[in-house]
Parts: sequence; structure tokens; C-alpha cells
Amino acid sequence: MMEDLSNYPLELTGDNVPMVRFLKVTKRYGDLVVLDQLDLDVAEGEMVTIIGPSGSGKTTVLRMLMTLETINEGVIYVDGKPLTHMEKNGKLVPADRKYLRKARSQIGMCFQHFNLFPHMTALENCMEGPVQVLGMKKAEARERAEELLELVGMSDKRDQHPSRLSGGQQQRVAIARALAMRPKVMLFDEVTSALDPEVIGEVTNVIRSLVEKHNLTMLMVTHQMGFAKDISDRVCFFFDGKIEEQGAPEDLFGNPQKERTQQFLSAVKEAD
Amino acid sequence: MGFNWNWEFTWEILPKLMHATLNTLMAAGFGYAIAVVLGMVFALAQRTPYWALTKVVREFIEFIRSTPLILQIFFVYYVGPQFGLKLGPWTAGMIAIGLHYSAYLSEVYRGGLDAVPKGQWEACTALNMSTRDTYWRIVIPQAIPPALAGMGNYLVGIFKDTPMLSVIGVAELMHTANAIGSSSYRYLEPYTLVGIIFLAISLPTAALIRVFEDRVRRKLGLK
Ligand SMILES: Nc1ncnc2c1ncn2[C@@H]1O[C@H](COP(=O)(O)OP(=O)(O)O)[C@@H](O)[C@H]1O
Ligand SMILES: [Mg+2]
Repeated sequence: MMEDLSNYPLELTGDNVPMVRFLKVTKRYGDLVVLDQLDLDVAEGEMVTIIGPSGSGKTTVLRMLMTLETINEGVIYVDGKPLTHMEKNGKLVPADRKYLRKARSQIGMCFQHFNLFPHMTALENCMEGPVQVLGMKKAEARERAEELLELVGMSDKRDQHPSRLSGGQQQRVAIARALAMRPKVMLFDEVTSALDPEVIGEVTNVIRSLVEKHNLTMLMVTHQMGFAKDISDRVCFFFDGKIEEQGAPEDLFGNPQKERTQQFLSAVKEAD
Repeated sequence: MGFNWNWEFTWEILPKLMHATLNTLMAAGFGYAIAVVLGMVFALAQRTPYWALTKVVREFIEFIRSTPLILQIFFVYYVGPQFGLKLGPWTAGMIAIGLHYSAYLSEVYRGGLDAVPKGQWEACTALNMSTRDTYWRIVIPQAIPPALAGMGNYLVGIFKDTPMLSVIGVAELMHTANAIGSSSYRYLEPYTLVGIIFLAISLPTAALIRVFEDRVRRKLGLK
């Protein structure tokens, strides 16, 4: 049976349209409810960090926004337009492939394990999307890719294949590759979790500079509480498929209200 | 009897056999070219969302793999005409051997395609790439290197199977050696030469394939 979506707006209008809105989004795998009626807004230019125990649904939030997962209920909007659905005869219906290809062009994502294309150099990785998807001229794409590799401090390695790069270097190239598509929203899913401790800083510094110098909207999942506290505009603590608590970093870390948040934060502190 | 090798006879039949070697190489080459392309088509067809197509291809591959090549050759050549498909021995032979090996190659490709990590597909989606670009530019280039060893084995395999084409009269090595034997009543020299020729081509080819495989991996930055 088709879900009744008549209560969901065809598009978001008004003064404060968020860049991203999850509206009562539910995600299930079989009987397992991974996200339960999630409501989450991210404003334009905002950096929102998601923290929470393993299995609480953090990655799933990002994957749904990247359209790597379908959703079971609710609607996700990006820049006021539905992402997971499209309008047909004045009603919202699940987005088809063509619509998805257009809608997801606004989102970029970096993964825990980088997922660079191993048969391409760093530069080629950053040119692939612009040339093949955006139809950019090679010379222009190259120029832009070189700028972005410069931005992430990888200019000198641009002709290397990923197998010749360290984890931190690969992740920086992956960030440049995602930025090359000029997304409005960037997603980072535990981008430092697979890295050796001594190279984590080179990746967090890149993200920090994005926050400071670029007006990107970002949604980041991380286990690095210090980093999250430093650069987030808002932190969401996920527990069991719901946002248990959210707020400005100094409030959430300094004065958590919910017991589960307190427990989680003290457990993380001990582990550090 | 006893071992009596006739050198004069050997030199006399060698040019004929060398000529037949060319036919053998051509048969193997054409048959392999068909198999390489068709095998990929079969492998990709099994990944489409059309379950009927997937099923038909799957069954067809199973069927080919569980029946002898020689039967398939006879079938295309002798039964084909009953369905209005009149083919010369060469064409029939190429189709039969090409189809046969495409079934095996599709399995090799399938393994290679399955081995491409899920993260690569997800990166393609995140970059908003089309399905076509995803396959041609990202997935297939990574699926080929692990498939190269298997592909090489089947190249040698198809070469060694070309003598089966002699049954429908393709003038390759075996057919020529048989003809020499039955007209001269000497079998030792032609068959020995055929064996040597096969060995002299198979062994270096296998070695070359290994070198090639290594170079491809290096070139694609996978090593
Ligand atoms: N493809 C899948 N099939 C079944 N269950 C899944 C799948 N992906 C994730 N899950 C489950 O969904 C829950 C949330 O996963 P995830 O979003 O990855 O959590 P987190 O990133 O917070 O650790 C987990 O219980 C996980 O086992
Ligand atoms: Mg996760």
C-alpha cells in the first residue's frame, strides 16, 4: 500500500527554509526500526554533528540523505524541494531514478573508508565527476581539481594512485573529490575512524578550514568529541534511532540534560 | 615396428602443418574474441533488474557448462540447418566454441564484478554517476584485473580445444594431421609435430599472460 503523504508539503516555502529537513522519517530493515519518525533540520551554512553509540542510526541518516538508502516513511527535503519524493499530479510519490539523479547532485559525501577509485590518480579521481557527470571540459576540470587538491594540501601527490597514499592523504583526496561536484550539502561519516591517530589532524584541519572559509552546509558523524565541540554549530546525540538530545556544543557537552547523554559522554571520556 | 622417425617425411609435412597452425590460431583467436565480448554481455545481463532475462541467461550458461563442447559443435553445424541456419564449418565452429567459452568467461567476469567493493558503487552514487559510467569507468576496470588469470586459462583452453573443430572439417592442425596420416599411413610424425606445436604455443602464452596481468595491475595502479 502506498503511504499517505497528503500531510507533507510539496515544497517548503517561507522565510526560513532549511537546507535539509527530515520530516517524520522512518527507516526499517525488516522488523528492525533503525530510525523512528526522525525530524531534523539543518540550516544553510550550518555544521551539525551527530554523535551517539554504535548502531544508533547515525550512518543511516547520512546514507538516506545521499540516497544510498530508501526510506520507509516520511519525506526528506533539500533546499526546500523533496529529495526522496517527487510531485506527480499534485501529490508526492517516491522519486524515480531520473528525479533522484537531479536531486542528489546537491549532496556530497565522504566515507569512513575513503572509497577512492584505485585505478585513477588523485587528480583523475577529482576530475571524474566534473567531466563525466557535469560535462565540464577536461582543462577546466583539471584546473579546478588542482585548486581543490591544493586546498586539501595534496597538490604534490596529485599524480599518485590511492595505493601509494596514506589513509589521511586518501581521505583528503576524497574530500577534494566530493567538493569538485560543488555540492550544497557535505556529509562526513566517521571520516577519521579508519585513520592512524597521528594523521587524524590533517583531515580534521581540512574540515575545519571548510567550516571557517566556506559557506557549506555540513552534516558530520564523528566519535571525536573534542573536534565536534570545536567546530559544530549544533550537536545531536542519537540514541536508538531517535535524537535523544541536541543543542549548541557548549551546552550539550558542558551541561547535558538527559541521563543517556550524560552516560554516553562519560563513557566516551573514560575511553579516551 | 619400433621407433622409426623419418626426417625427410617430417620436413615434407612441416609446411602443411605450419599453415594449419595459422588456421588453429585464427580459430582460437576468433572464438576467443566472441567469448570475451559475449561473456561480458552474459555477466552484465545477470546483473540487470529484469529477472526473466537473468534467469534465461543463467540457465543457458548452466546448459552450456554441463554439455560437451563437441556436442555443441555438432549441434550448431548439423542441427542448425534444420532451423534454417546453414553455416559453413568455420562459422559454425566459431559460433559453437565462442558460445561455449563465453559461458565460462561470464563466470570469470562475474567473480571479478562481485569482487568490486560495495564502497566503489556508493562512491559512484555519491558522485551522481550514471549506471553506464559506473560500469564502464569504475566497476569493469576493477573487475578485469582479478579476472585476467581466469581469462588467460581459458585462452589456452580454447586453443587446446580447437582440434574438436576437425570433426566438422575445419582445416586446423588436427584435421590436417589426420589427413596426412590417412594418406601416407604415417601417424608418428604428424601427431608428434602437432603435440610439439601445441606445447610451443601454450607454454609461452601462459607465461606471457602472467606478465601481462602484472603489467595491467601496475598500469591501473592496483599494485
Ligand atoms: N543493510 C542493513 N541491513 C540490516 N540492518 C542494517 C543495515 N544497515 C544498518 N543496519 C542496522 O541499522 C542500525 C543502525 O546502523 P547505523 O546507521 O550504521 O548505526 P551507526 O552508524 O550509528 O553505528 C544497526 O543496528 C545496524 O545493524
Ligand atoms: Mg556508522
